[in-house]
Formats: sequence, C-alpha cells, structure tokens
Amino acid sequence: MSTRRSHDPGMKQQLKGRRRPLEGSIVVTLFVMGAISIAITLGILWELGKESLLFFGEDEVSLWSFLTSTNWSPQSGTAGSFGIWPLILGTVYITVIALIVAVPIGLASAVYLSEYASPRVRGFLKPALEVLVGIPTVVFGFFAITFMTPILRSVFGTSTVGFFNVLSAGIVVGLLIVPLISSLAEDAMAAVPASLRQAAYGVGASKLEVSLRIVFPAALSGIAAGVVVAMSRAVGETMVVTLAAGASPRNFNLGSDSIFGHILNPFQGAQTMTGYIAVTASGDLSYNSLDYNSIFAIGLTLFFMTLGLNALSRRIVKRFRQEYE
Amino acid sequence: MSADTGRPVDRNFPTEDEYQVLLGKRTRRGTTAKFGFLFLLSLAVLGLAVLLMTIINDSFGLVAVVNQQEPEEIVASLGYDPGEVTLESLSKEDLVTVLAGGISNGVGRRLEREQRFFEDRLAFETQDKWDEVCASDEPPAGCSGGARSQGDVLLLVKERIVQPDIIASYGFFNSILGGNAFKDDIAGIFENTPERWPDYTFDEVRFQWRAWLNMTFVTTPSSSIPELAGIRTAILGSAWLVLFTVLFAVPVGVGAAIYLEEFAKKNRINDFIQTNINNLAGVPSIIYGMLGLAVFVRLLEPLTQGRTVISAGLTLGLLTLPVVIISSQEAIRAVPNSLRQGGMALGATKWQTVRSHVLPVAVPGILTGTILAVARAIGETAPLILVGAAGFITVDPTGPFSQFTALPIQIFQWASFPQKEWQNIAAAASLALLIMLLLLNAVAVILRNRYSRRMT
Repeated sequence: MSTRRSHDPGMKQQLKGRRRPLEGSIVVTLFVMGAISIAITLGILWELGKESLLFFGEDEVSLWSFLTSTNWSPQSGTAGSFGIWPLILGTVYITVIALIVAVPIGLASAVYLSEYASPRVRGFLKPALEVLVGIPTVVFGFFAITFMTPILRSVFGTSTVGFFNVLSAGIVVGLLIVPLISSLAEDAMAAVPASLRQAAYGVGASKLEVSLRIVFPAALSGIAAGVVVAMSRAVGETMVVTLAAGASPRNFNLGSDSIFGHILNPFQGAQTMTGYIAVTASGDLSYNSLDYNSIFAIGLTLFFMTLGLNALSRRIVKRFRQEYE
Repeated sequence: MSADTGRPVDRNFPTEDEYQVLLGKRTRRGTTAKFGFLFLLSLAVLGLAVLLMTIINDSFGLVAVVNQQEPEEIVASLGYDPGEVTLESLSKEDLVTVLAGGISNGVGRRLEREQRFFEDRLAFETQDKWDEVCASDEPPAGCSGGARSQGDVLLLVKERIVQPDIIASYGFFNSILGGNAFKDDIAGIFENTPERWPDYTFDEVRFQWRAWLNMTFVTTPSSSIPELAGIRTAILGSAWLVLFTVLFAVPVGVGAAIYLEEFAKKNRINDFIQTNINNLAGVPSIIYGMLGLAVFVRLLEPLTQGRTVISAGLTLGLLTLPVVIISSQEAIRAVPNSLRQGGMALGATKWQTVRSHVLPVAVPGILTGTILAVARAIGETAPLILVGAAGFITVDPTGPFSQFTALPIQIFQWASFPQKEWQNIAAAASLALLIMLLLLNAVAVILRNRYSRRMT
C-alpha cells in the first residue's frame, strides 16, 4: 500500500496547498495579453470619439449639417461646408459596383469549386483565387489606373469617362473581394452534409438542381454572411479608391442635379470616406486643425459602418444557421 | 392523348414523351449552367492573369532614351576602347575624373561635403578650406563619414553627366511582338509633331531594352529622376517596420491565443475578449492608421519621436495582432487533447503542460499563420500614410527613430504621378513587392508541409 503514494494524504495535502507564484503570474500575463485587444478597441473609440467631439465643437461645423448636407468642401481658412453625404455616396456607389461584379463571380466560383470541379481542376483554380487575396491593395490600385481606366476610356470614349472614375475603382475593388466571397461561400457549402445531396440525387435531381435548390439554400446563411463581410471590406478599402476614384468629393443637390448625369454618373470620380482620410493625411497635417479633426469624424462614421456590417454578418450566421446532424 | 398509351391520366406526373423533353431540357440547362459557372470563375482567374501581365508589361520593355552625353563617348574620352570597356566597369578614379570634367567646381565641393570621394585625398576641395569647414561648429556630413563607393560615383556620373532622359517607353508585350513599330511611332512623332520634344532630334534617340526591375533599382535610393530612382530605402524601411510589427504582434498574439485556448474559463469577460478580437479583425486598416497617428505619433511623441519607424511598426503590429491571435488559436486548437492529458497525468501543472506539450506541436502552425499575417502587413499602405511615411526620402533608416518610407508607400507615390516613366518604376516596385510576398508565402507553405508530415 505504501507504494501508491498518491494515496498518502500528507503528500496530497502538500501539493494541493502549495503556492505556485510562477504559474499564477504567467496566467495573469497571458490574460493581460488577451485584454490588450480590448484596449485597442477602447483606444480606437476614445481617440476617434475625442477628435470627433472637437470637430463638432468647431464654430463652422454642426452635427446637423454633417448628417444632412450634401456638400463636402473643407476649404481651410474660409468657411467650408461639411456634409458627409458626398463621401458616403462615393463609398456606397463603389461598394455597390464592386458587389455587382463580385457576387456573381464569387458565388459561381464557389458553386463550381464545391460541386462541380474535379480535384485536379480544383487544385489549380483554388490557389489562383487565393493568390488574389495576397496581392497588396496598392497594386490593385496601380492596376486600376494603368489597365482598367484606359480600357474604359477607350471603350466609352475619353470625353465621357474621366481619368478618375467610380466604375474603374468599383470593378477593381470587386476583383479584390471575389476571393473573400468565394472562399466563405465555399466553406458554407462544404459544411452542408452529404446526406442532403444524396437524398436529392436519390429522387432524381440533376447536379444543377442539387447545387441550386438543395446546397445553396442550406448554405444561405453562411453565404449571406460572406457577402456582408465582403461588403464591409469594400467599404473600408482605401488604396484602390484613392488612386482610381480621385480626390474630389461629388457634391450634389438632390433637387436640381440630374440623377444619372451627375449624382450616379459612373464615369466621373467621387471621393470616398477612406479616400478623404488618406488624401488629407498625406498632406501636411497640423494637429488640432479642422482638417485633422475632420478625418477622425469620418473615421468614426466608417468604423461604425464596418462594425455594423460585421455584426450583421454574425447575426445572419447565428439566426439562420441550420444545424445538421 | 395519354389514353393511347393506355395509362391513366395524371397531370402531376409527365408522360413518357413529356418526360423525355423535360429531361433533355434539364440536361441542357445543367450543361449551360456548368459552363456559366466555369466562365464566371475564369473571369476572376483572368483578372489575376491580366493584373500580373499589366505589372510585367510595365516593368520591362523598350525605351527611347536621349543621353546628354553618350557613355561610349565618355569612355573614349578617357582613352579606352568603347568596344571593350563600359561606363559601369570604370574605376572610381576614372569616374571622378569624368565627373570633375562635367560639373562646376562649386557643385563638386558641395558633393564632397555631403560625402567625400576618396579616403586619402580631396577631389574638389582644397585641404585648407576643408580643414576650416570641418573645424566649424556644424561640420558637414562629409567630414566624418567614409568615402563614396564606385557605385555611388557611377550614379552621380549618370545623374549629372550622362543625364539620360527617357522620352518614351513601350510595354513588354508590344516590345517582344513588334519592337520596330515603336521606332516608327517615335520617328512619326518627330516628323509630325516636333514640338513635343523640341530639344531633341530623332538621330539622338537611342532605343534600348530596359528591365526597370534590376539590381541597380533594388540597391539605389529614391531619386527625383525616375530613370535613376531605386527602392533601397523603401525595402529597408519595410524591413524595419516588419521587425517592430513582429516584436509586438507575435509575443502578444501568441500569449493571447494561449490564454483564450488553454486558460480562459467560459465566462462573460473571456467571451467578450473573443468577440472583440473577431471584430478587430474586420476593422479597416485605415482606422488602425488613425489610432497609430493619435497614440504613437502624437500622444507618445516623447517616446517615439513622432513619425518614425517605431510608431509605424507598432501601428502595423496592432493591425496584425487579431490575425496572429486567430491563426495561433487555430494552431493550438489543432493539438490533440491526448497530449494535454498525457502532460497532466504526469503531474505537470497547466502551464508546464502548455509549454512542454502543446506549444512545441503548435509552433509550426503558429509560425505559418504569423508569416501570412506579416505578409499582409508588408503590403499595407493606408495606415502608413496616416502615420506619416515620407513619400520622398533618400536616407536609409538606421534605427527605431528614423524617418522612413516603405515599399507600398513608394508604389503609391509613383503610381499617382501621371508620367509614363513613374508608372514603369511603380510597376517594377510592385513586382519586387510581389516577389517578396511570394517568397514569404513559399516559406509558409514549406513549413505547413513539414508540419503535416510530423503530425502523421
């Protein structure tokens, strides 16, 4: 009996009561490292919020006109106009074009890779899409101005298409988010249990019917979440829009400007929120100036937009996910 | 109709003929759709191919260049045979002689004060004057630093004597498919619109093959002349940034991942941390730039000295942190539970188990994820614009408190100039960046393969 030492009550007591300062301090250190992420979030909220408050505290700016005016012309010195809508218009317009490009391509790619492709074809096509993820966005921006814009200008005529235009930026941002949509959608479709497919084949469904009527609806929550994530990525994209969509906000007047001639003209440039931040920051920026504070107000708006989209995507997954097996 | 076949009529179920028609339709629809999917997918692959081709197209090709003084003439003026000796192979002494013959003594003295030409003698300055200047309160950099290398002097000769002016460039694919058309184009322009290049005649134009991405490009600093600009400063800047990014993001990221996977009990705080990390991964990079600007550049200016390597490196570190945490978590989660139980069964504490059993197995996975995260950080541009990367800087960064530029910033800067030559070097810099990222990814893949071999 004496060989089974763990039964020795004295020994057990000794180990149990033993203090382990090293162990404890390591756990605390690791916890602090985990908590740094919370500090980052708080830091973002604090800094963006603080500078935005300073921005709205200026005499020239009011929260009301920021949220309602359709004129963004921050001339320093003279009284500028600070309405966020022209910048939101640029951001949303480019995001919509990007989604029009990326959703069909991304979803079709996902369906093909997940349901049709043979392992060999998949082994070639999937890495090609993954390469797209690794290319820096500034290179996409370069591609937009040296390839996409000239092509558009030669197709539609240089008098219609400006050097900076929304369409070129939108298409290239679309190409940039294709792999995001396709990989998230493919993951969602791969998670659909094989039994569902087999049941459908069993009653005589064709491959297309299985893909579109069984697998696609079953994976819809994951697919929708992927599209929303891609949307948030497009909203936050900076370099392509800064290079290709130009640096002048598209100020408009809802009553008098023609919708397609000006407000929604895809062939002219429009600055986005991210573009404004980047362009303003790349000049000589002095602290506590109106320009400096304005980028934080825009940043805060951008932060909440992307946060909202990401939260939405998680909600979609949670709410509509069908649990199989 | 169906009465002929003797079957009862059931409108919910098609007859044999109808069934055949329907089946044909469904088969055709299936084939069409399959090719439709494949077509859309190949659009994305085509996009990638065209993107790469655009970059290659602008990185190599024929150029039309006009030299103020031809390199051959320079070589011949020194008494060498231009057929055997090139400008590049001349000794430093010869190059200084050439330089002295082409620039004013004042300019020469200024260059010498920036950095002297020889260790043992002066090329432009008189010894008395030099001693006087160096004894002053603010001696110029040339008094203390070493001598210029042959390459440095060669660059000066090209910049100040040869003065190449690339008047037009041709894309790679056009150049290999029909280089002669380029000559005809240029000849046509000289004939029809001579006012475009009023200073030159067609006879002065030389046509050369030029690889915009070459060793000189990689090893020279930036310049205001696109033909002579390089990316050394930018590459070194990117390397310094990566150093600080890794120093911050890897220990903190791996630590956080270990906490969340091994120690965190399921409670509200830990759930919140996890959700928060997932949220941070979706925050646009430009927002991190604003955080870096407000905190590292402005708030902590006494520590970081403002717009410096360390501010930008830490900003990129914050940006990379969530990615490192998430990928490390995955690597740690993939470690089989039996290993943990084995450690525990021997009486090891939790931390001892993690250190001796879990981490060694998870390290390759963590490393792979970290490399991919770093690759992403190298390509980031927007946050660096915010924290004040300099667009034009020719001094190499030497430490955490140096001014800096980075490769993506350099590409952004050059790409936004309208002239064709800037586009060419923007393409060459992009190609260099892509090659760097490709190498990093290759390392990650190799690690992943070794890892999977070890686990089986």
